[in-house]
Amino acid sequence: MSLHGPPSRGTGPDTNGEQVPRRRLFAGVSEFFAEEGAKAGAVAVASTIFFFGGAAVLISRSANWPSVRDQFFNPDDFSASAPDVLEGFWLNIQLFFWAMLIIPVLALAIAVMRSLRGPAFMPLRILAVVYTDLFRGIPLYLLIVVLGFGVPALQLGGLPTSAAFWGIAALSLSYSAYTAEIYRSGIDAVPESQRSSARAIGLTQWQSMRFAVLPQAVRNVVPALMNTVVSLQKDVALISILGIRDAVREAEIYKTRTFNYTSYIVATLLFLAISIPLTRFVDYYTARDRAERSQSQI
Amino acid sequence: MSGSEAHVGPKLELDDVHKSYGDKRVLNGIDLSIADQEVICLIGPSGCGKSTLLRCVDLLDPINGGEIRLDGEAITARGVDANEVRRRIGIVFQSYNLFPHMSVLDNVTLGPRRALGIERAEAEARAMELLERFGLADKANDYPNRMSGGQNQRAAIVRSLMGDPEILLLDEVTSALDPELVGEVLSVIRDLADRGLTMVLATHEMGFARDVASRVCFLHEGRVLEAAPPAELFGAPQHDRTKQFLARVIEAGRL
Ligand SMILES: Nc1ncnc2c1ncn2[C@@H]1O[C@H](COP(=O)(O)OP(=O)(O)O)[C@@H](O)[C@H]1O
Ligand SMILES: [Mg+2]
Repeated sequence: MSLHGPPSRGTGPDTNGEQVPRRRLFAGVSEFFAEEGAKAGAVAVASTIFFFGGAAVLISRSANWPSVRDQFFNPDDFSASAPDVLEGFWLNIQLFFWAMLIIPVLALAIAVMRSLRGPAFMPLRILAVVYTDLFRGIPLYLLIVVLGFGVPALQLGGLPTSAAFWGIAALSLSYSAYTAEIYRSGIDAVPESQRSSARAIGLTQWQSMRFAVLPQAVRNVVPALMNTVVSLQKDVALISILGIRDAVREAEIYKTRTFNYTSYIVATLLFLAISIPLTRFVDYYTARDRAERSQSQI
Repeated sequence: MSGSEAHVGPKLELDDVHKSYGDKRVLNGIDLSIADQEVICLIGPSGCGKSTLLRCVDLLDPINGGEIRLDGEAITARGVDANEVRRRIGIVFQSYNLFPHMSVLDNVTLGPRRALGIERAEAEARAMELLERFGLADKANDYPNRMSGGQNQRAAIVRSLMGDPEILLLDEVTSALDPELVGEVLSVIRDLADRGLTMVLATHEMGFARDVASRVCFLHEGRVLEAAPPAELFGAPQHDRTKQFLARVIEAGRL
């Protein structure tokens, strides 16, 4: 799990007059064609075909290719495993959805706790620091194992014992720690004078946070937040460790039964079907956001 | 100077005020007494503590020693509700600091609505009245980044006036503006001075200080080294430091 780059900040007043970047879904590729002209475009197409074509030729001429193809890309196994894997994937989507409900709220609460000032809030700040240090410090894999196997084994009355519950809990705890840090960097990027201005018109510390600082802070970090969504979507697959029959688990069951890996390819394609559009959207949104910010200065 | 000479005690008093940031002593025993309806200009080289003084008066930074009194009441005493005090004081900063994610109208009404619990309609009516007065009525629904620096700063002044402050603090409010926009902001301040609002302004606009100030205070090494009506302070400064500072200002063409 990684955080992709620093959160973007407001571009500030020094960017006025700059040409606004085009807003394309395939930022970088289509812009290349638009800007470099037809001749460069032809070269780009030729070199792309040469590169990927060459790779395809090399792979297909490998001595083991026929057996690999059979093991990983067998059409019969593809259609045989697809229904179960797809059903498992539906579970991934549901778990993803629940985590997406919990993480933004929990993370924001942690970030705000950590950003409150004054001696009265010391306990909350300490709590927030301990939380982020702890849950960023534990590998997600271990956290899932410990919570998913450990807590149900305690058989404490009242606590849920479902593996899915503890899987989501582990994902949410870990991702909230990271996401809280993203929020916090957004809060820190709001100039101190904004806070002063809010206090100066009589708002309490909490009101200043709520009405003046947070709206700007969240806007600062939307691209970074969206990147965590992309990686969360993939990390949901880790809960298959707990034996939950998600897409990865179903693929594994199929493989164990048939000694054919095509089911894993099915799962891979399903994850890509979600994460590639998401990634494209993040790029698109980030470019649009940047353009709007540089445009809006007079 | 200003009208009401029927003495009811000073509006604002700073009594031996000390303020340090870590080891750095910034205010080193400020004594200053400001009568109702006075307009005080704070001058002095950059870094002499003008902004710090204003922030301390608005309780945005705690002081380390001495006392600040508003209407004779110690606002720096223990147990005073700082939010309550801030509602009686307005402050405007150099970098206007409107909230960029809100329209001018929302910027201006946020304080009254959230801090004072005034209804939106009522707050907006009052806001429109003030915006009108300062020539910003047509900007009410604009966002700050769509307006000029001068318009931003005037809107920030309106925002600070919404709670009917008893005293207005202005921290170099024209320093971030393009020269051609300074005039419109100064004329707003002059208008407020004419209406008898008590003001303390840190400024580098000596010409303006000469015009509107009832007294000019020269800050040096965290103290008020010299305070006098503008004609006196600019005409016959008593201290060498003041003379040196003014000489440099004249050189820079600001007086
Ligand atoms: N928050 C702060 N932390 C540390 N030092 C500060 C802080 N604010 C101001 N100072 C220091 O206090 C001194 C006075 O600053 P300031 O009040 O801004 O001066 P002025 O407004 O007259 O230019 C400066 O040396 C500045 O570096
Ligand atoms: Mg200053």
